[in-house]
Order: sequence, then C-alpha cells, then structure tokens
Amino acid sequence: MSAAIATPAAARGRRLRPGFLATRKGMVGFAVLAFLVAVAVLATWIAPHPPDAIDGSRVLAGPTLAHPFGSDALGRDVLSRVIFAFRVSLAVAVGSTLLAFAIGTPLGLLAGYRGGWVDATIMRPIDMLLALPALLLAVALIAILGPGSAIALLAIAVIYTPILARVARASTLVVSSQTYVEGARARGAGPWRILTRHVLPNAVGPVIVQATILMGFALQIEAALSFLGLGAQPPTSSLGVMLADGRDVLSQAPWVEIFPGVAIAITVLAFNLFGDGLRRQLDPRGVTR
Amino acid sequence: MTAPILCLEGVGVGFPTSQGRVSAVTDVSLDVREGEIFGLVGESGCGKTTLAMATMGLLPSTSDVSGAIRFQGQDLVGLDREALRRLRGDRISMIFQDPMTSLDPAFAIGDQVAETILAHRDIGRREAKARALDLLVDVGIPDAGRRYGDPPHRLSGGMRQRVVIATALANEPALILADEPTTALDVTIQAQVLSLLASLRERHRTTIVLITHDLGVIAQVCDRVGVMYAGQLVEVASVGELFARPRHPYTQALLEALPTVHHERGDLRVIAGRVPDLTDPPPGCRFATRCPHAMEVCATTPPLADEDPAHAVACWLSEATQRAAGHVGIASGGTS
Repeated sequence: MSAAIATPAAARGRRLRPGFLATRKGMVGFAVLAFLVAVAVLATWIAPHPPDAIDGSRVLAGPTLAHPFGSDALGRDVLSRVIFAFRVSLAVAVGSTLLAFAIGTPLGLLAGYRGGWVDATIMRPIDMLLALPALLLAVALIAILGPGSAIALLAIAVIYTPILARVARASTLVVSSQTYVEGARARGAGPWRILTRHVLPNAVGPVIVQATILMGFALQIEAALSFLGLGAQPPTSSLGVMLADGRDVLSQAPWVEIFPGVAIAITVLAFNLFGDGLRRQLDPRGVTR
Repeated sequence: MTAPILCLEGVGVGFPTSQGRVSAVTDVSLDVREGEIFGLVGESGCGKTTLAMATMGLLPSTSDVSGAIRFQGQDLVGLDREALRRLRGDRISMIFQDPMTSLDPAFAIGDQVAETILAHRDIGRREAKARALDLLVDVGIPDAGRRYGDPPHRLSGGMRQRVVIATALANEPALILADEPTTALDVTIQAQVLSLLASLRERHRTTIVLITHDLGVIAQVCDRVGVMYAGQLVEVASVGELFARPRHPYTQALLEALPTVHHERGDLRVIAGRVPDLTDPPPGCRFATRCPHAMEVCATTPPLADEDPAHAVACWLSEATQRAAGHVGIASGGTS
C-alpha cells in the first residue's frame, strides 16, 4: 500500500475556493473587506498622523494633500482618526458576531437535533429575546452594565445570538433528516459524534452566511450606540463617536462628518456583498433567504 | 441446512399518525440462514424497509415493535440504546437505497469508512485509515489511494454505492441489510453492484438480506426469497421454487405482471384495485380485497405454513395453511 492518502482538509479547501469568488459581488465584497481589514490591522503604520495630535493651526481645515480628509475641531487629522476609529468599530462588530456565533450555533444545533422538550426549552427564551426591539435591548443592557466598547460588544452579541440560533436550528432540521445522518447512525456512530462530525459541518454554512451579513449591521449598531454616547468612551474613538463630533460642525466642516459616515456605508456594503457571495457556496438551499 | 442467524418471531410494527395508528408490519415470522442471500420483495410501503429498520433499532421512538427479533440468539427488541449502537455497523450493517444521499457530503469517503471502524474497534486512526483503504480496494474503487480523500460528490453513483458497501463491510459484519441497494442505479451499474455483493458473500461468508421491489434482482442473486404484501409475509420459498411454482395469488399476479419480450405492446398486466389503507386494514388476509380467489375464510388471517421444506405460503388455498390452522377442506384443491 504505497499510495499516499490525500488529506480530506485539502479536498475541502479545493471545494471552497471557487464559490465565493465566482460571483462578481462576492469578489468585490471580498476585495474591499480584505483591504479594510488590512487597514485596521496596519493602522499604526498606515495612518499619516497620530490620531490624537492636536494642531491649533488646522482647526476645521479642509482637505489638503497632507490631510486628505481634512481636520476636525481640534485640528486633528480626520483620515488618521477614521482609520483608528474604524479599527475599534470593526473589532466590536467582528467580536460581537463571533461571540453570538459561538453561543447561538450550539444552541440551535442542539434544539434542532434533539427536538421535543430540549427544543422548547432552548427556543422559547430565544423567541422572547427576538420579540424585544434590538436597539432598546442594547440600551437597556448598557444602562445596567455601564457604557464602553466591551459592553457594546456584549450587547450586540445578545441581540445576535437568538438570530443565529434560529438559523442554526432551521438548518439543522434540514440536515438531520438526510439519509447520511441516518447512515451514520446505522454505522454505529454515537449521538455526540453524529452531531459534531456530520450535522454541524453540513448545517453551519447558512449560519456563517448569516453571521457575515450581520457583521456589517453590527458595525452599524456599534456606531449608533457610540453616537448616543453608550459605546466607545474617550479617549477611545469609534466611527459613531466621530459622527457625533462631526454633527456639531456639520455646516462649517462637513468632511468631519462625511468620511466616517462613508466608512460605515462602505463596510456594511462590503459585508453584504461578501455574504451574498458566500451564500451561493455555503447555503445552496437558501435557509438564510 | 445451516442455522438461522436472524430469526423473526411474530414481529409487528406500528406507527402513530394523525390519521390513527398505522400497522406497517403484522405478525411476520421468518428465518434467515447463515451465509445466504435472502431476498425480501414487495411493493413500496409493504413494510420491507420498516422490518430492516426494526432490526437495526433505527425506528423512531414513537413506533411500537412487538414480537421478537433474534440475531444470533439475542433478542433485539427492547435492547437498550447503547447495546444496539454497538451492534450497528459492527455485527449488523445496513446499505441504504440512494448512494447520492447516504454519504456525508462534507466528509472524505475514506474517512467515512474509517469512522465506522473507529466507532467499534479500539485501534489507532492510522490503522483504521489503512484498513479503510484496503476496503476501498476490495470493493473495486479504482485508484483508491488517490480517491481516499475525495468528497462523495466527485464519485459517480455506482462508485458511491461501492463506498457505502465498503462502510457496511468495515467490521466484517455477520449480517448486512441491503435496502434497495441498486434501485437508484442504472442497470449496468446495478449488475456490477449485485455481483460485488455476491462475491463479497463468497469471500466474507456474510449473510445478506436484500430488500428490493425488483424480481429481476431477486432472481439474479438471491438463494431464498420472502414476499411481503401490506405488512404481511405471504410466501417464502427458494428462488427456483418461487419463480417456477408461485403459490400465493399475490406472487402469481406479480410474476404475471412482469413484462416479457413476448408481450404485445401496451399489454401490461396489472393487479386490479389498490393496497389497503394500513390505518384501517381489512381483517384477515390483506390481499383478499384484490384477490381473484377471495373466499369468506380470507377474513381470518391465514398462517404461514410449509407446503414443502423449500416453500411456505400463507393462503387459504394452500392445504398446508389449512392444516396449520386446523381447517380441512375449505377450498377444493390447491393452487394452479
């Protein structure tokens, strides 16, 4: 037996590649996201100026070559501030969604696979959470726990967990009735193994798609909370905080407001396009539609 | 004659539905002998698959199973879940109908075979992979070493069914339940898969229960055959006997319905009427409603009785059935 055994991971990698890049949408979304993530990660090296450097001579100065996005009320470089604020916003958006994904997926999986009273016990509280308006829920949580980026992250995770759990449950219901799950049972696999090795890998696709799209909206929610003063607290800035600052000087120096706004719009759009591209690959049955 | 490996005694299976309880299988008694290929034939919904699932302990928990299913002397009905799980894929394994859906699309085919071994044997991953590769070679996957890591969608239907058979063989089970293993395949592939099963039986001395609705498949590979109708076992005979001298009117009608090259076009024989509603089955013989020979006595269930050692039938037209029930001379003469 000299023939080498190809690794299945490689086989799956080969299968994943073309899908989300096959559509132009997915490709554009992926490219923009890759660029944005690179900017966030490399902020310290990319930003042309220190974000907190105050320059009294440049108060509300318009865009120039040295300061392409202009300067704000304290003469700080808007481009550098947008880059650093974006880093915070993106971290909160990604972190909150990942947290919701990590909690919601197992809950939905278990509810869908076991059914009966397990399903009811898990899903009824989740339905109750879904019934509350998202932003109100976040504001209430922050009122209890105090403002800050970490709390905003937690609040968004609380909003998203029920959504992702529902998608995971729906997808699990479809997968659990497949012959190969029955087949695994017929081969003597235990319930834990069936759930983790057969149901999870086949059911998680739609959840990933939904999570990707939700990430974009998480950035929006973070911005809204920060705009209201409930998210990032000084000296940390986020895109929402910048929107709030820019509002005061909107008529004299619109660039202070416009650029963080554009950053939010582009990011949400990129997440959506990328999510749509992923859907083609990971959710052919359209559970998330 | 070899000892029975699987012994069904008065097996009944019922499911609750919104229309009431469906009795999918009633009072089936049957011996499957070690080393044989036993065919179980009947139309859709006659209880063949239900019987296999009951043997595997894979019926939904809402169903009720009565009677005894003895495998190597051990009654499987009411056996606890863990004991059944240990049996499944090890001593008894099952091949499903549709190879397109019975393999996990997110799993390398070789690993699905290895998984079956690892679920039952206390051996290392590397060893299980080596064994899985041997099995893939054994069932005739060309270039098995390179194919090992492929996901199922890269294989054709026939190749996938070979992989499914490899998983079924993984632990050298004593009994394989093959539920319509060739129905989803075209005839040339069907012939290959059937001859593979036959040759595996020769080499591994595995007993196979082959469930099908195709009498051609039965004729090709089976030693003995049981005919089911609407949840009842109506006739059991060696394959030669069944095709030469079908005793039960249902079997006769089935064989007559087979088209042959001598038939005129458009001259397909059919069995008049429909399968009875199993939520409210007629009393006695369930074929009585469609049977050209139906009599009053058919409202009582005819027992399955041996006409001769190679042929048992459950029909009041049979003298053996009459003797077994203690009736004499209800009908004049036998069948055909």
